[in-house]
Amino acid sequence: MINYFFKRLFTFVLSLALASIVIFSLVEIAPGDPASFMLGINAQEDTISALRTELGLDQPKISRYFTWIGGMLTGDFGISYTYRTNVTEMVGDRLWVSLPLAIYSLVLSTVIAIPTGIYAAAKRGKTGDVAVISATQFGIAVPNFWFAIILVGIFAIKLQWFSAGGFPGWQDGLLNGFTSLTLPAIALALPQAAILSRIMRSALIETLGEDYIRTARAKGLSVWQTIWRHALRNALIPVLTILGLQFSFLLAGAIIIEQVFYLPGLGRLVFQAITQRDLIVVESVVMLLVSAVILINFIVDIAYMLADPRLRLDSI
Amino acid sequence: MIRLNTSLQFSIILCLLPLIMATVSYFWQPFDVTELNISNRLKPMSLTHPLGTDHFGRDMLSMIMVGARTSIAVAFVAVGIGVLFGVPLGLFAATWRGSFIDDSVMRFNDLIFAFPSLVIAILITAIAGPSAFNAIIAIGVFNIPVFARVSRGAALSLWQREFILSARVAGKTGLRISIEHILPNLMHILIVQATIQFSLGILAEAGLSYVGLGAQPPTPSWGRMLADAQTMVSLTPRLAIVPGVAIIITVLGLNLLGDGLRDAFDPKLRGSIKK
Repeated sequence: MINYFFKRLFTFVLSLALASIVIFSLVEIAPGDPASFMLGINAQEDTISALRTELGLDQPKISRYFTWIGGMLTGDFGISYTYRTNVTEMVGDRLWVSLPLAIYSLVLSTVIAIPTGIYAAAKRGKTGDVAVISATQFGIAVPNFWFAIILVGIFAIKLQWFSAGGFPGWQDGLLNGFTSLTLPAIALALPQAAILSRIMRSALIETLGEDYIRTARAKGLSVWQTIWRHALRNALIPVLTILGLQFSFLLAGAIIIEQVFYLPGLGRLVFQAITQRDLIVVESVVMLLVSAVILINFIVDIAYMLADPRLRLDSI
Repeated sequence: MIRLNTSLQFSIILCLLPLIMATVSYFWQPFDVTELNISNRLKPMSLTHPLGTDHFGRDMLSMIMVGARTSIAVAFVAVGIGVLFGVPLGLFAATWRGSFIDDSVMRFNDLIFAFPSLVIAILITAIAGPSAFNAIIAIGVFNIPVFARVSRGAALSLWQREFILSARVAGKTGLRISIEHILPNLMHILIVQATIQFSLGILAEAGLSYVGLGAQPPTPSWGRMLADAQTMVSLTPRLAIVPGVAIIITVLGLNLLGDGLRDAFDPKLRGSIKK
């Protein structure tokens, strides 16, 4: 178990290191010099080179890489080329939109998926099951940004229950904040709920085939009692794994949904930074998202190891 | 060979629909999609314009037909990249399982797997410039670990089988066994996986085009039709519904095809729902 932990920890650190190198190199090969882009086409040669020195762009690549990584590790993401403000603060502000949105849609997706998955498994092969299966097939096939546009058309423009986009900020009250995140959260949650529901269903069906379930039924428990007391806990392990992975997907995948709703989250920040050639922001935000995903994968693996006694053996 | 059940037939029809539209568009389109005709804009569905016209007066049916080409081409080449690089990697790793090669291939896979694909795809297209070609590369890169993992896993269990042992006794090298015996037995798994990745590719292409990082105007694409429709969704919901339905039909068809083929290839799974 200790062995596995350290092996996994090593992969975790290695992944982060490799990811940072890939992102840094990708951004490095991007055409266009940030300094001349910031100053416009009429800038003097010496002004540009002065700015390059100020931004540290004249340093060798290797030392710039380590300055960047060192900064990331200590929470200093550098200074934005465009806004001349601290990137850490910009990211912090945006995180207050992206993080609640990801959590909100994760909760929605779980609340929809777990009961429907359990219901389908219990009604296996009957009409209820077929209905859930068909609905999930459909849910997986719908692009979430299209669903978002349709939601805006119906609930924001026709019925006017929600605003069509934007975010008032949390200082306007929690309710206002959550109301404006509701449509985006639903749009994000739908495909995830469909996937999760299928996994819940198949995990539960597999568990229900076990011998101890037959014993429980023979003992006189009803189907629902068996599910509730014996099957569900065991069937939840794969569901929790997927749930962990989905959280990281929701955080990073919100990037397009934020475009649809004009939400000032991390995704929009990346887009704005890309169009403004604000490479330090692009670099830092993408690295942050990738780190979050790698970290969550790591935590899920470790949690899995703790939850499943079979994985605790050192033979793995 | 493969028994075509109703669900499989249905999925084939759904998949053929965009394919036929794309093919036909090469030699016949109802209207020219590059020609703007403002006086003809936002016409409702009619006999001349079965799906109506958009805000520039372009025929929606023609746009969907030409857009199908973009979607199919991007997804197809992206899957091709995944198969071309991923399958050999997976076979290599399985042939020398436990070795340094195996370890490094799998670690490399884990790494790409851990990347939020959409974010990196956006980064790649943003840096290399938005175009259908860069979208293909961005989507294709993420198909490599998928195919490597699937083919390694399946190949590993094949390596335990007797017929592989006999091939080794006969003196064949690991490479020859992989190509002559393992690969043909992986085909059905790879076909199913390709179907799934194809549908994910269609969705990814639509997403990238929607944010302006896919095929560039005037090439019509389903994703950009949606982006154009967004501002007019209250006025003419049809503009958003039509390309959306086109995407859903294609993706749904491919997913059902993948499920159906998996069941057809593996009789043990057949009817598992009905039991």
